[in-house]
Amino acid sequence: METKQNKSKEYMRPMPTNWWLKRTNYLLFIVRETTCVFVGLYAIYLLILAMLRDEPDSFAAWLQSPTLIVLQIVALPFLLFHSITWINLTPKVLVVWRGEERVPPSLIAAAHFGGWLIVSLIIFWIAFQYG
Amino acid sequence: MARSNEPLWWSLFSAGGVVSAFLMPITLVVTAVAVPWGWITVEGFRELMQNPLVRIYCFVLISLSMFHWAHRFRHTVSEPSEKGMATLGTIVCYGSAIVVSVLAAVFVVVRSW
Repeated sequence: METKQNKSKEYMRPMPTNWWLKRTNYLLFIVRETTCVFVGLYAIYLLILAMLRDEPDSFAAWLQSPTLIVLQIVALPFLLFHSITWINLTPKVLVVWRGEERVPPSLIAAAHFGGWLIVSLIIFWIAFQYG
Repeated sequence: MARSNEPLWWSLFSAGGVVSAFLMPITLVVTAVAVPWGWITVEGFRELMQNPLVRIYCFVLISLSMFHWAHRFRHTVSEPSEKGMATLGTIVCYGSAIVVSVLAAVFVVVRSW
Protein backbone atom coordinates (compact mmCIF):
# COMPACT_ATOMS: atom_id res chain seq x y z
CA MET A 1 0.00 0.00 0.00
CA GLU A 2 1.32 3.43 -0.98
CA THR A 3 0.96 5.75 1.97
CA LYS A 4 3.19 8.68 1.04
CA GLN A 5 2.06 11.61 -1.08
CA ASN A 6 2.77 11.16 -4.76
CA LYS A 7 5.29 13.70 -5.90
CA SER A 8 5.54 12.29 -9.40
CA LYS A 9 2.85 13.04 -11.95
CA GLU A 10 1.21 9.67 -11.59
CA TYR A 11 -2.27 9.21 -13.03
CA MET A 12 -4.91 9.51 -10.33
CA ARG A 13 -8.21 7.91 -11.21
CA PRO A 14 -10.92 10.53 -10.79
CA MET A 15 -13.65 9.68 -8.30
CA PRO A 16 -16.65 11.97 -8.72
CA THR A 17 -18.92 12.35 -5.70
CA ASN A 18 -21.88 10.98 -7.65
CA TRP A 19 -20.06 7.74 -8.60
CA TRP A 20 -22.78 5.69 -6.91
CA LEU A 21 -25.47 7.01 -9.28
CA LYS A 22 -23.69 5.72 -12.38
CA ARG A 23 -24.71 2.07 -12.15
CA THR A 24 -27.64 0.22 -10.62
CA ASN A 25 -25.26 -2.07 -8.71
CA TYR A 26 -23.44 0.89 -7.17
CA LEU A 27 -26.78 2.44 -6.20
CA LEU A 28 -27.99 -0.81 -4.60
CA PHE A 29 -24.73 -1.02 -2.67
CA ILE A 30 -25.22 2.48 -1.25
CA VAL A 31 -28.90 1.79 -0.44
CA ARG A 32 -27.83 -1.40 1.37
CA GLU A 33 -25.25 0.50 3.42
CA THR A 34 -27.79 3.28 4.11
CA THR A 35 -30.21 0.82 5.73
CA CYS A 36 -27.99 0.94 8.83
CA VAL A 37 -29.12 4.53 9.50
CA PHE A 38 -32.73 3.36 9.77
CA VAL A 39 -31.68 0.41 11.93
CA GLY A 40 -29.92 2.83 14.31
CA LEU A 41 -32.81 5.32 14.36
CA TYR A 42 -35.38 2.63 15.11
CA ALA A 43 -33.15 1.32 17.93
CA ILE A 44 -33.26 4.79 19.52
CA TYR A 45 -37.04 4.99 19.02
CA LEU A 46 -37.42 1.61 20.75
CA LEU A 47 -35.08 2.66 23.58
CA ILE A 48 -37.25 5.70 24.37
CA LEU A 49 -40.46 3.66 24.06
CA ALA A 50 -39.13 1.00 26.45
CA MET A 51 -37.93 3.65 28.90
CA LEU A 52 -41.44 5.17 29.02
CA ARG A 53 -43.12 1.86 29.89
CA ASP A 54 -44.06 2.99 33.44
CA GLU A 55 -45.53 6.34 32.36
CA PRO A 56 -48.85 5.64 30.60
CA ASP A 57 -49.40 9.14 29.15
CA SER A 58 -45.90 9.66 27.74
CA PHE A 59 -45.86 6.07 26.47
CA ALA A 60 -49.13 6.54 24.56
CA ALA A 61 -48.03 9.92 23.19
CA TRP A 62 -44.72 8.50 21.91
CA LEU A 63 -46.42 5.45 20.40
CA GLN A 64 -49.24 7.40 18.73
CA SER A 65 -47.29 10.39 17.42
CA PRO A 66 -48.29 10.73 13.72
CA THR A 67 -44.81 12.00 12.79
CA LEU A 68 -43.11 8.99 14.35
CA ILE A 69 -45.58 6.60 12.70
CA VAL A 70 -44.90 8.13 9.26
CA LEU A 71 -41.12 7.96 9.85
CA GLN A 72 -41.42 4.30 10.79
CA ILE A 73 -43.44 3.53 7.65
CA VAL A 74 -40.69 5.25 5.63
CA ALA A 75 -38.06 3.15 7.45
CA LEU A 76 -39.85 -0.17 6.86
CA PRO A 77 -38.73 -0.73 3.21
CA PHE A 78 -35.13 -0.02 4.25
CA LEU A 79 -35.36 -2.51 7.13
CA LEU A 80 -36.80 -5.12 4.76
CA PHE A 81 -34.01 -4.42 2.25
CA HIS A 82 -31.48 -4.95 5.05
CA SER A 83 -33.11 -8.27 6.03
CA ILE A 84 -33.23 -9.52 2.43
CA THR A 85 -29.65 -8.55 1.54
CA TRP A 86 -28.38 -9.93 4.88
CA ILE A 87 -30.13 -13.28 4.47
CA ASN A 88 -28.95 -13.50 0.86
CA LEU A 89 -25.38 -13.49 2.23
CA THR A 90 -25.94 -16.45 4.57
CA PRO A 91 -24.91 -19.11 1.97
CA LYS A 92 -21.52 -17.34 1.62
CA VAL A 93 -20.90 -17.68 5.36
CA LEU A 94 -22.51 -21.07 5.89
CA VAL A 95 -21.15 -23.71 3.54
CA VAL A 96 -22.82 -27.00 4.43
CA TRP A 97 -21.81 -30.39 3.06
CA ARG A 98 -24.05 -33.43 2.97
CA GLY A 99 -21.53 -36.22 2.43
CA GLU A 100 -19.70 -35.38 -0.81
CA GLU A 101 -22.36 -32.96 -1.99
CA ARG A 102 -22.60 -29.33 -1.12
CA VAL A 103 -26.03 -28.26 0.10
CA PRO A 104 -27.21 -25.76 -2.57
CA PRO A 105 -26.69 -22.09 -1.53
CA SER A 106 -30.28 -21.30 -2.49
CA LEU A 107 -31.52 -23.88 0.04
CA ILE A 108 -29.46 -22.30 2.84
CA ALA A 109 -30.89 -18.87 2.03
CA ALA A 110 -34.42 -20.29 1.72
CA ALA A 111 -34.12 -21.90 5.17
CA HIS A 112 -33.16 -18.54 6.66
CA PHE A 113 -36.04 -16.77 4.90
CA GLY A 114 -38.35 -19.44 6.33
CA GLY A 115 -36.87 -18.93 9.79
CA TRP A 116 -37.33 -15.16 9.47
CA LEU A 117 -41.00 -15.65 8.59
CA ILE A 118 -41.62 -18.05 11.50
CA VAL A 119 -39.83 -15.82 14.05
CA SER A 120 -41.84 -12.82 12.80
CA LEU A 121 -45.15 -14.69 13.08
CA ILE A 122 -44.31 -15.84 16.63
CA ILE A 123 -43.42 -12.28 17.74
CA PHE A 124 -46.57 -10.88 16.20
CA TRP A 125 -48.68 -13.61 17.80
CA ILE A 126 -47.20 -12.90 21.27
CA ALA A 127 -47.86 -9.15 20.87
CA PHE A 128 -51.38 -9.89 19.64
CA GLN A 129 -52.12 -12.02 22.75
CA TYR A 130 -51.52 -8.98 24.96
CA GLY A 131 -53.64 -6.61 22.89
CA MET B 1 1.88 -6.33 13.45
CA ALA B 2 -0.01 -4.07 15.80
CA ARG B 3 -3.01 -5.52 17.53
CA SER B 4 -6.29 -4.35 16.10
CA ASN B 5 -9.63 -4.04 17.85
CA GLU B 6 -11.37 -4.39 14.48
CA PRO B 7 -12.48 -8.04 15.09
CA LEU B 8 -14.48 -6.93 18.16
CA TRP B 9 -16.36 -4.20 16.24
CA TRP B 10 -16.87 -6.51 13.28
CA SER B 11 -18.35 -9.24 15.53
CA LEU B 12 -20.78 -6.77 17.08
CA PHE B 13 -21.68 -5.46 13.60
CA SER B 14 -22.35 -8.99 12.41
CA ALA B 15 -24.39 -9.98 15.48
CA GLY B 16 -26.37 -6.75 15.14
CA GLY B 17 -26.94 -7.46 11.46
CA VAL B 18 -28.48 -10.84 12.25
CA VAL B 19 -30.62 -9.61 15.16
CA SER B 20 -31.92 -6.54 13.30
CA ALA B 21 -32.58 -8.52 10.10
CA PHE B 22 -34.70 -11.13 11.91
CA LEU B 23 -36.41 -9.08 14.63
CA MET B 24 -36.62 -5.44 13.63
CA PRO B 25 -39.14 -5.43 10.75
CA ILE B 26 -41.83 -7.27 12.75
CA THR B 27 -41.18 -5.13 15.83
CA LEU B 28 -41.71 -2.04 13.66
CA VAL B 29 -44.90 -3.53 12.21
CA VAL B 30 -46.19 -3.94 15.79
CA THR B 31 -45.32 -0.37 16.91
CA ALA B 32 -46.16 1.46 13.65
CA VAL B 33 -49.06 -0.57 12.24
CA ALA B 34 -50.67 -2.97 14.72
CA VAL B 35 -50.93 -0.55 17.67
CA PRO B 36 -51.92 2.67 15.81
CA TRP B 37 -54.53 0.74 13.79
CA GLY B 38 -56.00 -0.71 16.97
CA TRP B 39 -55.19 -4.41 16.41
CA ILE B 40 -53.31 -4.20 19.72
CA THR B 41 -54.37 -1.77 22.46
CA VAL B 42 -51.86 0.77 23.81
CA GLU B 43 -52.41 -0.39 27.40
CA GLY B 44 -52.03 -4.06 26.43
CA PHE B 45 -48.82 -3.25 24.60
CA ARG B 46 -47.51 -1.25 27.58
CA GLU B 47 -48.17 -4.25 29.80
CA LEU B 48 -46.20 -6.42 27.35
CA MET B 49 -43.28 -3.96 27.46
CA GLN B 50 -43.13 -4.43 31.25
CA ASN B 51 -42.49 -8.16 30.95
CA PRO B 52 -38.86 -8.91 31.99
CA LEU B 53 -38.25 -11.17 28.97
CA VAL B 54 -39.56 -8.51 26.58
CA ARG B 55 -37.29 -5.95 28.25
CA ILE B 56 -34.29 -8.22 27.66
CA TYR B 57 -35.45 -8.69 24.05
CA CYS B 58 -35.55 -4.89 23.66
CA PHE B 59 -32.10 -4.50 25.21
CA VAL B 60 -30.53 -7.06 22.85
CA LEU B 61 -32.26 -5.55 19.80
CA ILE B 62 -31.38 -1.95 20.75
CA SER B 63 -27.76 -2.56 21.75
CA LEU B 64 -26.65 -4.85 18.92
CA SER B 65 -28.52 -2.76 16.31
CA MET B 66 -26.64 0.33 17.46
CA PHE B 67 -23.29 -1.48 17.09
CA HIS B 68 -24.42 -2.65 13.64
CA TRP B 69 -25.20 0.94 12.67
CA ALA B 70 -21.96 2.30 14.16
CA HIS B 71 -19.68 -0.07 12.24
CA ARG B 72 -21.46 0.06 8.91
CA PHE B 73 -21.92 3.84 8.97
CA ARG B 74 -18.29 4.35 9.95
CA HIS B 75 -17.05 2.21 7.09
CA THR B 76 -19.42 3.63 4.46
CA VAL B 77 -18.82 7.29 5.23
CA SER B 78 -15.05 6.97 5.43
CA GLU B 79 -12.60 4.12 5.59
CA PRO B 80 -10.63 4.05 8.84
CA SER B 81 -7.17 5.54 8.49
CA GLU B 82 -4.40 3.13 7.66
CA LYS B 83 -2.76 3.55 11.05
CA GLY B 84 -6.08 2.64 12.67
CA MET B 85 -6.20 5.95 14.49
CA ALA B 86 -9.27 6.75 16.54
CA THR B 87 -10.74 9.62 14.61
CA LEU B 88 -13.63 11.78 15.80
CA GLY B 89 -16.05 9.84 13.59
CA THR B 90 -15.00 6.53 15.13
CA ILE B 91 -15.48 7.88 18.64
CA VAL B 92 -18.91 9.35 17.81
CA CYS B 93 -20.13 6.12 16.14
CA TYR B 94 -18.94 3.49 18.62
CA GLY B 95 -19.30 5.90 21.54
CA SER B 96 -23.00 6.51 20.89
CA ALA B 97 -23.56 2.76 20.53
CA ILE B 98 -21.93 2.24 23.94
CA VAL B 99 -23.95 5.08 25.55
CA VAL B 100 -27.25 3.75 24.16
CA SER B 101 -26.35 0.22 25.33
CA VAL B 102 -25.67 1.45 28.86
CA LEU B 103 -28.94 3.44 28.89
CA ALA B 104 -30.84 0.37 27.69
CA ALA B 105 -29.15 -1.91 30.24
CA VAL B 106 -29.97 0.43 33.13
CA PHE B 107 -33.38 1.86 32.21
CA VAL B 108 -34.87 -0.99 30.21
CA VAL B 109 -33.51 -4.10 31.93
CA VAL B 110 -32.59 -3.10 35.50
CA ARG B 111 -34.94 -0.38 36.67
CA SER B 112 -37.52 2.21 35.72
CA TRP B 113 -36.60 5.58 34.19
